[in-house]
Amino acid sequence: MALLEVKGVSRRFDDFTAVNHVDFSVTTGEFFTLLGPSGCGKTTLLRMIAGFDQPDSGSILLDGIDLKDTPPEKRPIHTVFQSYALFPHMTVEQNIAFPLRMARQPEEEIRKKIRETLDLVALRDRAKRYPHELSGGQKQRVALARGLVNRPRLLLLDEPLGALDAKLREQMQIELIALQRDIGVTFVFVTHAQEEALALSHRIAVMNHGRIEQLDEPDRIYGSPKNRFVADFIGNVNMHDATVEALDDTLTLALGKLGPIKAPRHKNQEVQIGMSGAFIIRPEQVSIRAADEPSPDPNQFVGTVNDFLYTGDVTTYIVDLPDGERLEALLPNSAPGRAKFFELGDPVRVSWKAEAGAFLDT
Amino acid sequence: MAITYIESRIRGERLSKTLVTTPPFLFLLLFFLIPSLIMVVASFRYPGEFGGLASFFPVPGEEETGLTLENYGYFFGDFIYAQIFLKSFGVAALTTLICLVMAYPVALLIARSPKKSRDLMVLLCVLPFASNFLVRVYAWMIILGPFDLLFSRFAVIIGMVYVHLPFMILPLYTNLEKHDPVLLDAAQDLGANAWHRFWKITFPMSLPGIFSGAALVFIPVLGMFAIPEILGGKDDWLVGNMIKESFLGTRDWPFGAMLSMILTLCVLAIAGFMTVLTRRGTRHA
Repeated sequence: MALLEVKGVSRRFDDFTAVNHVDFSVTTGEFFTLLGPSGCGKTTLLRMIAGFDQPDSGSILLDGIDLKDTPPEKRPIHTVFQSYALFPHMTVEQNIAFPLRMARQPEEEIRKKIRETLDLVALRDRAKRYPHELSGGQKQRVALARGLVNRPRLLLLDEPLGALDAKLREQMQIELIALQRDIGVTFVFVTHAQEEALALSHRIAVMNHGRIEQLDEPDRIYGSPKNRFVADFIGNVNMHDATVEALDDTLTLALGKLGPIKAPRHKNQEVQIGMSGAFIIRPEQVSIRAADEPSPDPNQFVGTVNDFLYTGDVTTYIVDLPDGERLEALLPNSAPGRAKFFELGDPVRVSWKAEAGAFLDT
Repeated sequence: MAITYIESRIRGERLSKTLVTTPPFLFLLLFFLIPSLIMVVASFRYPGEFGGLASFFPVPGEEETGLTLENYGYFFGDFIYAQIFLKSFGVAALTTLICLVMAYPVALLIARSPKKSRDLMVLLCVLPFASNFLVRVYAWMIILGPFDLLFSRFAVIIGMVYVHLPFMILPLYTNLEKHDPVLLDAAQDLGANAWHRFWKITFPMSLPGIFSGAALVFIPVLGMFAIPEILGGKDDWLVGNMIKESFLGTRDWPFGAMLSMILTLCVLAIAGFMTVLTRRGTRHA
């Protein structure tokens, strides 16, 4: 049975609809992520689950029970706030003990749980320190420890890694996954960082303008985006206006002013000849080679290198096609000593397989 | 070249620092330190025959010249003086407590109001300062008179609280306004009800504000003589009245100076104690 059910929840502020008829459910032990740009309603949704805000319509159920009349302090749901919200006048230990004290647990039990939790987040030697004496990563771990110490049914995390620098964020991501797996608490994670969502989550709900655009597993979100918004928001993508020219097992598309290409046809996709939409393909699915080298792929074009972006592990080439269209292709820098293969203005051949990419009608 | 430039910069900064700090330093030296020292010395001298101070240097035919511990002897020789001191401390403590209890909700209300209305509310709190202090105290005579409450300890406390309340509200508000509201959300999220949110989060975090407000009320109340004189009975003297009477009534300057010295030492002791407490409170904020 679902642990958390969000049913038809809407929330309006004056004439602005922050959350618009959202449905989803989260199962026990899941790492569930609400992903979207700022203002998409993900934080409003989180505040409603925590109990700081009430939906205008729809309901939020925990273990099948409507939370409508349960105030935040009575919900077995804890939140890790973006700013950590550690109590500045309490030591690390006192911060972590706070939810246990509020739950009136015996002092002996509290001491035992604090010890365990401090070990869990590797902060035993910081127990007597005050928050202002801690680094960003340590504060983050105290906030996590405080949220987890009395094992809530659900832990809500509101962009908890947003304030950390890139290196530390990566390390905390790994710790977060391990922590969640080890203690088995269900996480609902809110972020605008798509890489973070892909790396951490079991399932992701991509939100925009208060609606869920797609709810899927990370590889499906990335590999089979449902619409232009999801395709564009998650990772890099080549997106071109396309019209369906012919269809059988595969689709034949007119790609802008470019000649026809072959694209895969998805099982439950309703397509008609003449339908217009978008063709999307990820840069890593596009092969790039010298223009005079032949390619076995059915879809290929010759263009010139307009720009390239060297990022260490890979180089992204931006290729100008003859009719003004532009395509990004990604080349791994796995060959030792060869940082890039092509120079600006080099003629190159870009190509992709018939089963790569997708046609989106929305 | 670069070093010369930096050196000249440092020298210039030093010069400007000296220029800025010298005038207030001289002012305090002239008008605070020197008078204080005069009072210290006066408390060890004999009173003059017709008031003021007796000669410091030996005068033929006069025995009471030079320095003496006599004044302090009077104080410790009769319990009545210590009693008045204790009574004054009691009044000051009670005034401070009442001010705290009354000011806290007001400060909290202002701190949690929308930013726009806060300034107006603070202005309303300090508005009484726009009228003369004595006029406001006399106003209480008119209010309390018909109820037959005038010239009593009760009237003194009312006057003290009324005059000093803003000095408690302002530091409390300044402190409470800085509290991050997300901390209360976090506390509630972690299971704290309204009672616990106040006593475990808001109150302990406001301790520095409470201490500075308490100091701003307690210390002036201790030396206040106008309010007890106007609203209190003739037999309800506080330290302030005693000191004032010594200088202006009986013109026994050494005795008044001695009382001031003891009061100053008491206040310094309390202020020192409160500073320590405030430091402990603010260390983690």
